[in-house]
Amino acid sequence: MLSEVKSEMLGKKRVAIVGAGVTLFRRNLKETGKELSYEASRMALDAAGLELRNIRSVVMGSAPDAFDGVHMKGEYLADGAGAYHKPYTRVFVGGGTGVFAPLAGWWHVASGQFDTCLVVCEEKMSSCYPHPQFAFTTIFDPILERPLGMNLIWIFALEMNRYMHKHNLKKEQIALVSVKNKRNALDNPIAQLGAKITVEDVLNSEIMAWPVQRLDVSPTSDGAAAVLLASEDVAKEITDNPVWIDGVGWCIDSTYWTNRDLYYPDYVEYAARMAYKMAGIKNPPKEIDVAEPYDPFDYKELHHMEGLLLCKKGEAPKLTAEGVTQRDGDLPTCPSGGLLGCGNPIAAAGLMKVCELFWQLRGEAGKRQVPNDPRTGVAQAWGDLMQYGSVIVLRR
Amino acid sequence: MSEVAIVGIGCVGFRPMTPELSYKELMYEAAVKAYDDAGINPRKDVDVFVTCAEDYLEGFSIFDEFVPDQLGAALRHLFTVSGDGMLGLSNAYMLIKTGQFDTVVVEAHSKASEILTYMDIVAFALDPIFNRPLGGHPYYVAGLEMNRYLHDTFTTTEQCAQVVVKNKKNATQNPYAAYGANVTLEQVLCSEMCFYPLKKLEMSTLADGCIVAVLASEKVAEKLTDNPIWVKGVGWCTETPNLETHDWSMPVYTRVAAEMAYKTAKIHNPRKEIDFAEVHDLFAYKELQHLEALKLCEYGEAGKLTEEGVTAIDGELPVNPSGGLLGMGYGLEASGMQKLLETVLQLRCEAGKRQIPDAEVGLAHTWRGIPTTTGVIAVLSNVK
Repeated sequence: MLSEVKSEMLGKKRVAIVGAGVTLFRRNLKETGKELSYEASRMALDAAGLELRNIRSVVMGSAPDAFDGVHMKGEYLADGAGAYHKPYTRVFVGGGTGVFAPLAGWWHVASGQFDTCLVVCEEKMSSCYPHPQFAFTTIFDPILERPLGMNLIWIFALEMNRYMHKHNLKKEQIALVSVKNKRNALDNPIAQLGAKITVEDVLNSEIMAWPVQRLDVSPTSDGAAAVLLASEDVAKEITDNPVWIDGVGWCIDSTYWTNRDLYYPDYVEYAARMAYKMAGIKNPPKEIDVAEPYDPFDYKELHHMEGLLLCKKGEAPKLTAEGVTQRDGDLPTCPSGGLLGCGNPIAAAGLMKVCELFWQLRGEAGKRQVPNDPRTGVAQAWGDLMQYGSVIVLRR
Repeated sequence: MSEVAIVGIGCVGFRPMTPELSYKELMYEAAVKAYDDAGINPRKDVDVFVTCAEDYLEGFSIFDEFVPDQLGAALRHLFTVSGDGMLGLSNAYMLIKTGQFDTVVVEAHSKASEILTYMDIVAFALDPIFNRPLGGHPYYVAGLEMNRYLHDTFTTTEQCAQVVVKNKKNATQNPYAAYGANVTLEQVLCSEMCFYPLKKLEMSTLADGCIVAVLASEKVAEKLTDNPIWVKGVGWCTETPNLETHDWSMPVYTRVAAEMAYKTAKIHNPRKEIDFAEVHDLFAYKELQHLEALKLCEYGEAGKLTEEGVTAIDGELPVNPSGGLLGMGYGLEASGMQKLLETVLQLRCEAGKRQIPDAEVGLAHTWRGIPTTTGVIAVLSNVK
């Protein structure tokens, strides 16, 4: 009965994830972007016991073309992602792409247009020489901002500063996130930077742009991830253990980030409200068992927990200090190790979070498994000029 | 499941250059026209906004950032499709079909006049290991393909040139066209040989412009307008990025996309059931190739039909009544929207001097240009 109500709520068809795969995340992998896409898609297909001929449509997620130096990167990656002779779309919403791509996959299936959709996210940042950060110098307004010679660390330092000031936070409170996520990553076989570090290590690391220090930041990485989506009928044939996409949400704020108060991500809240409404979630902290908010910087996990309405504004550092967000806490957050621990191949990192929820909800996360039989999870990614939120709610 | 209709469309351009408008102003003007046409307020009535753009063509690393304000989409649900405007249309169609969204806006634009090194950007789309090191102007790929097509189908260079004569003439009646002209067959055939056997007048010239379309579910469409244009079916396909292995004489991507769209639209005999077609004609021979892949004629027959005037605006199967890209100008990722615009105007009987009488079912088709093998088609009708 419940499932009937839900499928009506979600339109014609309910959509399930039936397979997932993530490659190694490393600073510099030898594989090309096409090969990484292939590896991840192959893993997702194997997990579901399907072949490419069973796949009706393909969605690609990948961040700026400037990393690879290939114009129309989506077209270039098509065969690696399994899109040969298939309907194929690349969606691109900056850093939010990794969680947005499965949302696009969701409507491919929920519309009734296709009964399966392979969602692949790939990032090959290492081919941007000498450092991927250079690709980000061209994300700014060419007249107002680019002449300042800004990079991403600078603008996130502004945001972090504002967040700390507004809520009267100390760096020690924020560094706890980095400590937690890097330790969680020790249990993740794909992780690039799993480590046992202390708050002091973070505070003593190199200052990049105050208050951002080396260990507050996730690394640049190569990697890919894939999930396989199927309609309700097909999913039930493939597996007894599907994970349902019950809520999708996304939102973009104004380009003029200089005119906004950066202490709180309204766009994440709007995206979350859209997803929660669709999933029928009224009290997120109570109803959500495991969360994978986007954590390219340690303060972002806190920022995003608040945006996702998992706690009140300014309360996330307190929950972190109390251990609530540890793997065995009341609200396990980034049990995968997140971007801080696993690495940050941009689009692939977002989709990795969705894969992690898939495994957590199926009880297949091994050493990373959160206790108490989680039933509902939320993953989120963030992108563009501190203006994009994409949110997915999964249920067992 | 709800039907999907186009209830508003707005266009700015197309012109060789638009020095008085920034890309944001182009988008704003087209959006305002489309919202007025549909009678909606973007701040209240639109559920999802879709924009279609490629970073390299815009000169940004994440162009999505610069989209929301001028479309009225700040703090609303917007995303970018890295592809042609009609790929955005396909996604908008699916969004409405989920039953979760009623109104979706699709935007695509071209600010080609600001691109100083367009051909270098196209070269950057070639495979960086196998193809790019060969060097040369990337349109050599089109020359090779045209040669193969002429060889396989016995199509003549005169037949290809006839496409240019027809399209540029149609464009003289289209206020949205930048390059309308009365050219003769001899002028086309005598124009400079650029990429053998492709000649200068057989290639579309870049143009600036922007098109915004408003799509709505059945329920909303019928409230908003008396003449919604129904999207009967969409189809899209990527063949392969491998130049070495793609089919050089039959555009398979268009064939697969067409089969998908015809199936949804329940079209069994396209030649009979479709009244006119807007087909991607970045190069003159591509119009012929695409007509064959769309099953609007037999393989190798398109040249002959063009020569006989079947595809002329007063012919039995008018093709590119807008003037096509050869006449309107090539609007980069907006080229699919150019096709959509003309199809909608014709079906609404708003095409002025180039109106095709009694048109009920139209087809819009697009391709992403050299060196891709991605195509999208949509079948539209003014009858539900």
